[in-house]
Amino acid sequence: MSSNDLAVSARGLSKSYLISHNSNGPTTLREAIVERVKHPFGVNGQQRETFWALNDVDFDIGQGESVGIIGRNGAGKSTLLKILSRITYPTRGVVDIYGRVASLLEVGTGFHGELTGRENITLNGSILGMSRREIKNKFDEIVAFAEVENFLDTPVKRYSSGMYVRLAFAVAAHLDPQILIVDEVLAVGDFAFQKKCLGKMQEVSGAGRTVLFVSHNMATVVQLCNRALLFRRGGLALDGDSESVVQAYITEGQTKQEDILDFADTRRQHNVNGRARLISARLNSEDKVGPWAISYGTPVSLELQFVVKRPVPLFEFGIALCSASCAEFGSSLSRDVVAPSTVEPGEYLCEIAFPTLKLCTGSYYFDLGIRSDRGMEDYLLQAIHFEVLPNAESAEAMIHQRRGQMIPEVSYSIRELQPQSGAQAGAAGAVPG
Amino acid sequence: MTVSTLRPGSDPVNLTLLITTSATMLDIASANELPHVRIRASVPGPLIDVPELLRFRDLLWTLADRDLRVRYKQTALGVIWVVLQPLMSSLIFAFVFGVIAGMPSDGKPYLLFAFAGMTAWNTFANVLTRVSGSLVSNAQMLSKIYFPRLILPVSAAISALVDSAISLGLMLVMMGFYRAWPGWGIVLLPVWLVILVVLALGLGLMAASWIVRYRDVTHIIPVVLQLGLFISPVAWSLANPNLSEKFRWILRLNPLCSLIEAIRWSLLGEGDLALPALAYSIAVAAGVFWMGVMVFKKQERSFADVI
Repeated sequence: MSSNDLAVSARGLSKSYLISHNSNGPTTLREAIVERVKHPFGVNGQQRETFWALNDVDFDIGQGESVGIIGRNGAGKSTLLKILSRITYPTRGVVDIYGRVASLLEVGTGFHGELTGRENITLNGSILGMSRREIKNKFDEIVAFAEVENFLDTPVKRYSSGMYVRLAFAVAAHLDPQILIVDEVLAVGDFAFQKKCLGKMQEVSGAGRTVLFVSHNMATVVQLCNRALLFRRGGLALDGDSESVVQAYITEGQTKQEDILDFADTRRQHNVNGRARLISARLNSEDKVGPWAISYGTPVSLELQFVVKRPVPLFEFGIALCSASCAEFGSSLSRDVVAPSTVEPGEYLCEIAFPTLKLCTGSYYFDLGIRSDRGMEDYLLQAIHFEVLPNAESAEAMIHQRRGQMIPEVSYSIRELQPQSGAQAGAAGAVPG
Repeated sequence: MTVSTLRPGSDPVNLTLLITTSATMLDIASANELPHVRIRASVPGPLIDVPELLRFRDLLWTLADRDLRVRYKQTALGVIWVVLQPLMSSLIFAFVFGVIAGMPSDGKPYLLFAFAGMTAWNTFANVLTRVSGSLVSNAQMLSKIYFPRLILPVSAAISALVDSAISLGLMLVMMGFYRAWPGWGIVLLPVWLVILVVLALGLGLMAASWIVRYRDVTHIIPVVLQLGLFISPVAWSLANPNLSEKFRWILRLNPLCSLIEAIRWSLLGEGDLALPALAYSIAVAAGVFWMGVMVFKKQERSFADVI
């Protein structure tokens, strides 16, 4: 890649923080002075450890690429974004950036509650790097995108949280940078607005701009990005097309050998109540090929363990089935079968079976959730990853030539339109049987 | 419009940020060549990166404007507070020191005398207070987006100076009321004010950088300012006959002392204009400012990590 096509180029990028182990280290000036007087040349007599938030990372990103950056919490994603947006500086290494950068590390930065919507657009625009002229030109567009026309002269402290977020994102979305750095902003707002934001981001990347996107929502990463970087403990673990990198990321926590998947370390969606919590899962199908793999044609069945800490009214399960690209293609709520009811504290085991579901060969994920009268009690995206492996039956069914994720249960009945002398030609039956 | 002199491979000494853009950021999109920024560990060269500050001048004004708008939101009297505050303190001073204690006021009405001193003092105190708090109160901005960090204290100083300008306007009105016309000395007023502000800004920059690490400084500043108000010639005059010449020189060790006297001299034509003491104040102001910028520069890159 010649340097003209580069948007971002990192070489040996590292960032370390000093972590103090001594919990009574100096936090006030007085303590610091006392410490300094006691140990004039020492390192304040406390144990300090260097923590490498980012360690020797090399990558090149071309103009116009949209790249997802994924990894567990603490893997170094945010540190990388902070360096790229020049908020913090590397300890070692170099990054070259070609083009105007706009970073949406958090929408609404610099918003002031006392100021009106109108004033905040100007303020936030300049903070994000727009000139006054630019803000003036885009003002109407921003207002229309945010849908706050009637509240322009109301202080934003009186806005609903949805309006606030919409206005904040609208300003940021109209930055028009060559390189857009986005961190989890899509986690806010209602569903319709999220869709609008996604559309805006697609528009940006479609216009040949470079997009760096950090998210825990794998479906969005696969949808928006054609390439992904996986970070693990400060290092770049994997770099490739987004679908395969996302799959590697999801499966890394789920050891292939373990029969029971523990949810203790799984990332939860942030707005859950937590009165009930999922503990672990096990694939329970009779014809298991591996702990997390079934053979084609085998019905899927799951065993879920969960704990209820306080009584949960209107308790119900939700389970969604997602494809390898994390797109949801079917879901079930337990209300489809039984009405939600109160569940008393205790530990429970639940078996969820899909007796007639026939999945094509490939990778799948389950999203799991527990709903209640107060919304979500627990919610795990891409909680379980499993494979459907090919066998003789799948070869017979020509699964590898078919598109889509599942073989629906269908009946065919064929009749000839003008019956001849009582003889009936036809076939009736369920495919697959 | 954009000429990039740096590509990977060439490696300028100590050049951290190489932005070769001269026009506004808006025009970049249309250009084929892209602005290039190199981010690396070493500390950059210039003490104050003026071109970079100029590129962000819109932000500077917007932030100062925000400070002004926000300060008197949801108050019934609004911007009147700008003049009401120093006026009320001057009235209290006039009552306590002028009427009760009967202290001399260089032969001018005590209210005028006190208000002149109060305007000068408030300029110093407001700039110092606002500048020192400017980083912490914008912590969210510091940890979320890039801009030259110096923008925050400078915009805080600008918003404080707007108050001073209004206060100075009221001073002129009062002088008209008392028919106390200023002499030619008034032309030197801006000079004294600039020195005063430079001193306050230097101290403020130091304090602001320290507060990022140690919030203690926030609590020290009001105490120091309270002391400063009394050891500076705001309510009293250096020409007070009760002061011995030796004691006067001790009081002049406070760099504000001769500055406030000089400001009063410019406004009211009376007061102590000791040139050696003024030279000393100017030297101190320049030194403090240089130190302030150094301290700020040295800490600047770690603000987001520590705040």
